[in-house]
Amino acid sequence: MSATPVLALRGVSKRFGAVQALTDVELEVHAGEVVALVGDNGAGKSTLVKTIAGVHPIDEGVIEWEGKPVSINKPHDAQGLGVATVYQDLALCDNLDVVGNLYLGRELLHRGVIDEVTMEKNSRELLSTLSIRIPSVRIPIASLSGGQRQVVAIARALIGEPKVVILDEPTAALGVEQTAQVLDLVERLRERNLGVILISHNMADVKAVADTVAVLRLGKNNGSFPVKDTSHEEIIAAITGATDNAVTRRAGRTTEAAK
Amino acid sequence: MSDISKTVKPDPDQNTVAPADDPTAAPVTVVDPRLLIREEGLKGYVTEFKRKVKGGELGSLPVFFGLIVIWTIFQLQNDRFLSADNLSNISYYMSATGMLAIGLVFVLLLGEIDLSVGSVSGLASTVFAVFVVTHGMNVWLALVLTIITGVGIGALQGWFFARIGVPAFVVTLAGFLGWNGLMLWLLGSSGTINIPSDSGPVHLLGQSSFFMDQAVIGAYLLAGLGVASLLIGSLMDQRRRRAAGVPFRPTSEIALRVGALAVAAFAAAAVLNNASGVSNALVIFLASLVIVDFVLRRTTYGRKVFAVGGGIEAARRAGISVPMVRITVFAISGGFAAIGGMFFAGQTSSASLTSGGGNILMLAIAATVIGGTSLFGGRGNVWSALLGMLVIQSIQTGLDLLNMNTSIQYMITGAVLLGAVVIDSVSRKSQKAAGRA
Repeated sequence: MSATPVLALRGVSKRFGAVQALTDVELEVHAGEVVALVGDNGAGKSTLVKTIAGVHPIDEGVIEWEGKPVSINKPHDAQGLGVATVYQDLALCDNLDVVGNLYLGRELLHRGVIDEVTMEKNSRELLSTLSIRIPSVRIPIASLSGGQRQVVAIARALIGEPKVVILDEPTAALGVEQTAQVLDLVERLRERNLGVILISHNMADVKAVADTVAVLRLGKNNGSFPVKDTSHEEIIAAITGATDNAVTRRAGRTTEAAK
Repeated sequence: MSDISKTVKPDPDQNTVAPADDPTAAPVTVVDPRLLIREEGLKGYVTEFKRKVKGGELGSLPVFFGLIVIWTIFQLQNDRFLSADNLSNISYYMSATGMLAIGLVFVLLLGEIDLSVGSVSGLASTVFAVFVVTHGMNVWLALVLTIITGVGIGALQGWFFARIGVPAFVVTLAGFLGWNGLMLWLLGSSGTINIPSDSGPVHLLGQSSFFMDQAVIGAYLLAGLGVASLLIGSLMDQRRRRAAGVPFRPTSEIALRVGALAVAAFAAAAVLNNASGVSNALVIFLASLVIVDFVLRRTTYGRKVFAVGGGIEAARRAGISVPMVRITVFAISGGFAAIGGMFFAGQTSSASLTSGGGNILMLAIAATVIGGTSLFGGRGNVWSALLGMLVIQSIQTGLDLLNMNTSIQYMITGAVLLGAVVIDSVSRKSQKAAGRA
């Protein structure tokens, strides 16, 4: 893991009218690190990734890319830096085959004509280095299962050689085996030295693949834990705010008094 | 299981692409029983064919059955139907409506409909007649301006659809009426404008204009050109794919395809030569098909059209400008409608009150759908315009030959259109059931 985070958010705030969606949020993603972004509904996870993806420009704070401050105002800016986002609705074209979908919008050309051969070759190489198994790269997306579509959508994000990949609930709506496939894939992204931001509601998934868990609560940071040394309960407590109640506050006062 | 694993085609690159240090990549060669890999040889085609038909991927199958049935029925009714002269007639008359159908293929690929193509074709022939006859303009300049008019009309309708958000069905229905009205207004009280039949494009598209002036070699030259380009294209593709290590078409399959095209092309050439030669209208129609097929399959623009037809949101996220694709597609449809109008003008050497009217619109839509382009968007190819027109024009010519009343013709055309859409809907349903839609 490198010392300088590939992507860092410093004191980022975002308002929508009267609603303060994000307040002074900090987040760091290193190359080869999987950061799980967790939080209750409405905690600001989606808003946060949308600011990184350039859908919503930030109001205050700084986004640093490889240590240098950058401004991300459009999705195009984020893509240019090397941020790829896989949204929950995968947005694949059902009628196009796997190759067509992987290269949609950035087809390779050979003398002005779509270069199907090179595209197919690269697709097969990419899918096989990711150990993605699909029946054929030449069948339409409509014939693939939900899990296969998810891995195709993730593979599609990798075509542009990104440095940070944002996955929005990649395992929601997937069965047991498909979830395992997607988690395998997340690990392979880490092996490729990519920074991964994984939004998930599923603690088992988070514990399985993430290195760091960043908890958001009501638009603010509510702790960032190394997964290895943190228990399930501690993360849940941070998500729900269970640590912040009369008993814990009293415990805090007594320990302070004891000092 | 064991017989399935035998069916797998040896895959030369599976071992080379798997990184040696990645133990998880090694089992890629393990056969998944669901793999859709075809057997080699003839038996493979049969299996693949059965699977496709079961899955609702009918392709051009209904066309071949339809043609056989239609030709048999008409031949039994009137033995002049399959004569060289009549088949030559079919090939000439199908070109005009076929041009409209080419434009409709684009619109249907988006999952939309253009109801104005008939009216636009009528308006185009009138605009051309007004330019040439009333204003004495150069015929080729008039031709260019006429096509530009069609493109502009299409783009305007596309703009209302893409930017304002009016359903395409309503915009083009308004156009269906409006452009027909404009045509009637231009024709005025005279009702008909006769175009000198020896003037440039009208002569070229007329019934007495043939490729290479009826030289016998002309038809065979065209057939040979088509077959040779398919053969060379397939072999070059095979070589590139083999070099890149991706699956390629086996030589036996290429031979089969080229052979099938050769039989069809040379048989058609022989029949047409037996009559009077290949009409220039047909040559232009076929050339348009080849060009449009290339645009749709091999250019980024064609890929965009398919993408928008398959998933608007996915296309937008991929950075495709959906309104741009929509407007240009309607502009293309308008342009081909105008060219089709020139073909009609060539048939009659005139523009009249009935130009572009009657059942032309329905025939063009029916041809496209019968040929295998889905009304639901995203699936189809431009050859459906040719195959569908063969069916439709055979019916039209056959009914004319039997001196059927217009009333009967309309009823039959309506039934054919409904039948085509039913086939499309049913095949889409079974595609869904087979997980392919």
